[in-house]
Amino acid sequence: MPTQTYPGRYESLEKIAIFVRHEAESIGLTHAEVFAVETAVNEAVSNIIEHAYQGEGKGDITCTCITDPESISIILEDFGHPFDPSLVPPPDLNAPLKSRKDHGLGIFMMQKWMDEVHFEFCKDCNRLVMVKRKEKKV
Amino acid sequence: METVLTKYKHCDMVKVSGRVDSLTAPKLVEELNKITTSGHFKIVVDLSEIQFLSSAGLRILIATQKHCKRYNRGEVVLAAVPENILAVFELAGFTSIFKIFDNVISAVGAF
Repeated sequence: MPTQTYPGRYESLEKIAIFVRHEAESIGLTHAEVFAVETAVNEAVSNIIEHAYQGEGKGDITCTCITDPESISIILEDFGHPFDPSLVPPPDLNAPLKSRKDHGLGIFMMQKWMDEVHFEFCKDCNRLVMVKRKEKKV
Repeated sequence: METVLTKYKHCDMVKVSGRVDSLTAPKLVEELNKITTSGHFKIVVDLSEIQFLSSAGLRILIATQKHCKRYNRGEVVLAAVPENILAVFELAGFTSIFKIFDNVISAVGAF
């Protein structure tokens, strides 16, 4: 159950991606599934920095990967303000360009491409758990 | 992320390679703004060597498309989109607001 801790900065995005990609590939997820996991984690970490920490360099983010032969679970923890992305309204993907909103896409991608997305708000930290199972069509 | 700008007679083309995420998105904004502030609004974005595109990149593309299409003065088109990035565009509903070309030759030729 490898856990890594990263500074809450956008420079950490690629490092976290490499870590998670390695874990996802180790259980034989397809290229598309690995890309979906990487996308979801990138969006989640960006949200933590932007909304929970409200900026870069305000705190750390821990990333834990739990794998079994059929799935990977990624647990992201931060120590910033509680932020519940599930309260963000979904984007209207059929809206014409001029009324197309440019926020909410990241959370939408997390929810669409992962099999489970849970938020837990503890006393000392915020925890996001995302699960990706093999062979789900993406 | 790296960008390379090529100016054609009827449009400008930006080749984007590497990762576009919250770290690198400001650099892409800067590159696209350079084109539009020079009065050019017909833009091909060559994605043949892009590796990753987050919602930060999607937001830039939407904002630039809105800016370029204002007054019917131009538009942003996308070219040579890798399969996994195309899946992002399809999920985000981009296929109805951007023309997507198989290669840069047909994209440049569309202007």
